[in-house]
Amino acid sequence: MHLIRKKRVLGPNLVELEVEAPLIAAKAQPGQFVIIRLHEKGERIPLTLADWDKDRGTITLVAQMVGKTTHQLGLEYDEGDVIADVVGPLGNPSEIKFYGTVVCVGGGVGIAPIFPIARALKGAGNTVIGIVGARTKDLLFWLDRMEKVCHELHVTTDDGSFGQKGVVTEPLREILRTRKVEHIWAIGPAIMMKFATLTAQEFAVPITVSLNTIMVDGTGMCGGCRAEVQGESKFACVDGPEFDGTKVNWDLLLARLSTYKEEEKCALERYLAQVAEAARR
Amino acid sequence: MIRPTQVPMREQDPKARVHNFEEVPFGYTPEEAVSEAERCLQCKRAPCIQGCPVNINIPKFIREIREGNFRAAIRTIKETNNLPAICGRVCPQETQCQAVCTLGKKYEPVAIGRLERFVADWEYEHGVELPEVGKPTGFRVAVVGSGPAGLTCAADLRRFGHAVTIFEALHEPGGVLMYGIPEFRLPKKIVRAEIENLLRMGVELRCNVVVGRTVTIDELFAQGYHAVFVGSGAGLPKFLGIPGENLIGIYSANEFLTRVNLMRAYLFPEYDTPIKIGKVVAVVGGGNVAMDAARTALRLGAERVVVLYRRTEAEMPARREEIHHAKEEGVEFEFLVNPVRFLDSSGRVSGVECIRMELGDPDESGRRRPIPIPGSNFVIPVDMVIVAIGNDPHPLVPRTTPGLATTKHGTVVADEDGRTSREGVFAGGDIVTGAATVISAMGAGKRAARAIHQYLLTKYGHAPVQGA
Ligand SMILES: Cc1cc2nc3c(=O)[nH]c(=O)nc-3n(C[C@H](O)[C@H](O)[C@H](O)COP(=O)(O)OP(=O)(O)OC[C@H]3O[C@@H](n4cnc5c(N)ncnc54)[C@H](O)[C@@H]3O)c2cc1C
Ligand SMILES: Cc1cc2nc3c(=O)[nH]c(=O)nc-3n(C[C@H](O)[C@H](O)[C@H](O)COP(=O)(O)OP(=O)(O)OC[C@H]3O[C@@H](n4cnc5c(N)ncnc54)[C@H](O)[C@@H]3O)c2cc1C
Ligand code: SF4
Ligand code: SF4
Ligand code: FES
Repeated sequence: MHLIRKKRVLGPNLVELEVEAPLIAAKAQPGQFVIIRLHEKGERIPLTLADWDKDRGTITLVAQMVGKTTHQLGLEYDEGDVIADVVGPLGNPSEIKFYGTVVCVGGGVGIAPIFPIARALKGAGNTVIGIVGARTKDLLFWLDRMEKVCHELHVTTDDGSFGQKGVVTEPLREILRTRKVEHIWAIGPAIMMKFATLTAQEFAVPITVSLNTIMVDGTGMCGGCRAEVQGESKFACVDGPEFDGTKVNWDLLLARLSTYKEEEKCALERYLAQVAEAARR
Repeated sequence: MIRPTQVPMREQDPKARVHNFEEVPFGYTPEEAVSEAERCLQCKRAPCIQGCPVNINIPKFIREIREGNFRAAIRTIKETNNLPAICGRVCPQETQCQAVCTLGKKYEPVAIGRLERFVADWEYEHGVELPEVGKPTGFRVAVVGSGPAGLTCAADLRRFGHAVTIFEALHEPGGVLMYGIPEFRLPKKIVRAEIENLLRMGVELRCNVVVGRTVTIDELFAQGYHAVFVGSGAGLPKFLGIPGENLIGIYSANEFLTRVNLMRAYLFPEYDTPIKIGKVVAVVGGGNVAMDAARTALRLGAERVVVLYRRTEAEMPARREEIHHAKEEGVEFEFLVNPVRFLDSSGRVSGVECIRMELGDPDESGRRRPIPIPGSNFVIPVDMVIVAIGNDPHPLVPRTTPGLATTKHGTVVADEDGRTSREGVFAGGDIVTGAATVISAMGAGKRAARAIHQYLLTKYGHAPVQGA
């Protein structure tokens, strides 16, 4: 049982939660994630450790409401409520060391996981260039936090409602063209990571991405999280979630993410109808 | 006169049971049990005892059943076996205790497993006696994993009076008993009851703790644990390494069974975890896991389930009873075939290309090696595949415990009593042997508990040294 200490709405369908999990807070490192299960009938879903506080014994999660579980979390779970299960920290930590100049790209909800990585890279003496982007202004969050941990920060929106109009790969290309960059991290929707990888490859700069495969146990037991990396099946939960972006079979990853499309749609519609029904009564 | 055949066990009708998850065999009535018990010859040298990995005094408990003293019978079994209701159901008796039964030389062997199950179930109905917990020693032992190895080790450590904490990575304890073996073979209420008993004995259980991530073994020692038992089991499902194995619709048996058993995906959307069931399902493999996956797929509504196995039925490692049950339920078998590639229809699996095999000379395991017949390729159209060709050991504990020696297969190196290369760290079950059996994991847990007890007494004398 894990108490939700704080909840904040960051934007449309975007929530930030501070959850009690002292053991995890004590061990968390950038790049790692937790798996949560809301209640007895819940699904186990992975969420990245966006921040943590050892002294308070809490971890911070940012969730985008995309399906049943994340909607339920966003709509029904408030401060003072408890989440049945939180397990972690899972996955291998990011390789934090001195590289020189690094670029940290966060797309959409990927801004949350890129934040602790940027912070740690800065702490290790790197010059950190941040790029964050979202579809529109309302979906941007944590710009203040990112500013603090980046030496410079570029912001894009698809519709131009804030910052530069366009997608994150545009400032990325500009930076790679004009500066010497030793390493890139890119976290966001699979399609964004794919294009960030292609851009990095043009300039032969190493790029690390974090794969958001579908997971069940998160301990290397089920094999559901497998992705093809350099022609081999790898388990994102124990071998990753970070991989060399140039070695990932992106099309396969994208296909596998759509495995349960119909079931997810059915579950979400059923859930939203229940919520509407409850509101009417 | 001895009846040559076993008293049959009544079962659910195959036609009915493929539509439910209820247990298949019903178990003996007291009359049936006594009647079967009467077949035992009460052999002086009782080879059956040697055939049982935990050396249950089989003639004694059977005699007690014959005398109608079921309480005495369960006590006899529990002297050496902590989980008889589970072993009575899932033990490969036909290759263990029953394989060497004297009666089996001429007739069918005594149905030892069924009798064991009977008295264990009888005890549940009439009140379970908890083993006595020893006087507190002040020692604390951490147990990693709550499968049969961990559960047994924890119970025995309590009997010696040590304080025990089990750390389990998943949200529910039980290991494979919970997430792997299906309800229709091992009802989950039995596993839960066993865990309940452990808690009543004072074992502390902490779920959602992944040792190696949430806490390492070195940190457990730093927190004051005097010894650690690692029973983290087999994880990491093996795949075939052939083209197309990551297409949608291809599951490892672990994922498929976990979604169904642990996450109750068969109750989607009431439960949140989904599962995709194909119309035609291929199951690759020939062990218990393959049989469980095949029979589960049928119960979830697959129209056809075909097991693909690269040797013949005689070499199948699955229990005979399970193969028989699977056939009765309509599972089909293709022997002497091996998948070479999966076919793709816009990202989903649409078929499996196989090659026919023939048996050549025996390999290291003594089984005849299957050899592909060139040019014999053929395609089976399927829309779901479950790969059940085994698991490698769980990687996290070995990877995060410096100085813990492993084999090239990734299993932890341990002696007969579970001692590893690290002082104070013991291990047993599938993490040491590779995928094996419930009873062998239990046996390993028991031996390790004794070894841990000896280790603690030898190292510290009778009272633990604070901060040591
Ligand atoms: C390592 C990792 C870290 C992640 N971190 C975050 C994060 O910080 N914030 C965030 O909002 N999201 C994160 N995700 C994605 C998040 O897990 C999914 O959005 C969530 O599981 C969706 O659940 P749902 O029931 O709401 O939606 P569903 O309706 O179940 O699914 C919507 C989509 O989410 C994906 N998904 C579904 N089930 C799972 C699952 N069990 N595991 C992973 N993905 C799934 C699928 O692509 C699916 O199409 C992360 C994923 C991974 C693997
Ligand atoms: C589908 C299936 C059917 C089977 N059928 C039979 C059968 O009929 N008869 C038979 O005798 N055997 C059968 N077996 C094999 C048998 O179940 C195993 O040999 C036995 O369960 C091994 O026990 P164990 O305690 O070593 O490990 P497991 O049962 O695997 O338990 C290990 C536990 O440790 C936990 N764990 C792993 N890593 C960590 C970590 N880092 N931190 C904390 N916890 C961790 C796991 O989550 C798990 O709960 C079957 C196996 C499967 C998969
Ligand atoms: S535990 Fe298994 S091997 Fe031993 S007597 Fe029981 S069924 Fe036979
Ligand atoms: S070997 Fe068979 S007949 Fe002999 S004591 Fe054991 S169970 Fe009875
Ligand atoms: S989530 Fe099950 S192996 Fe990675």
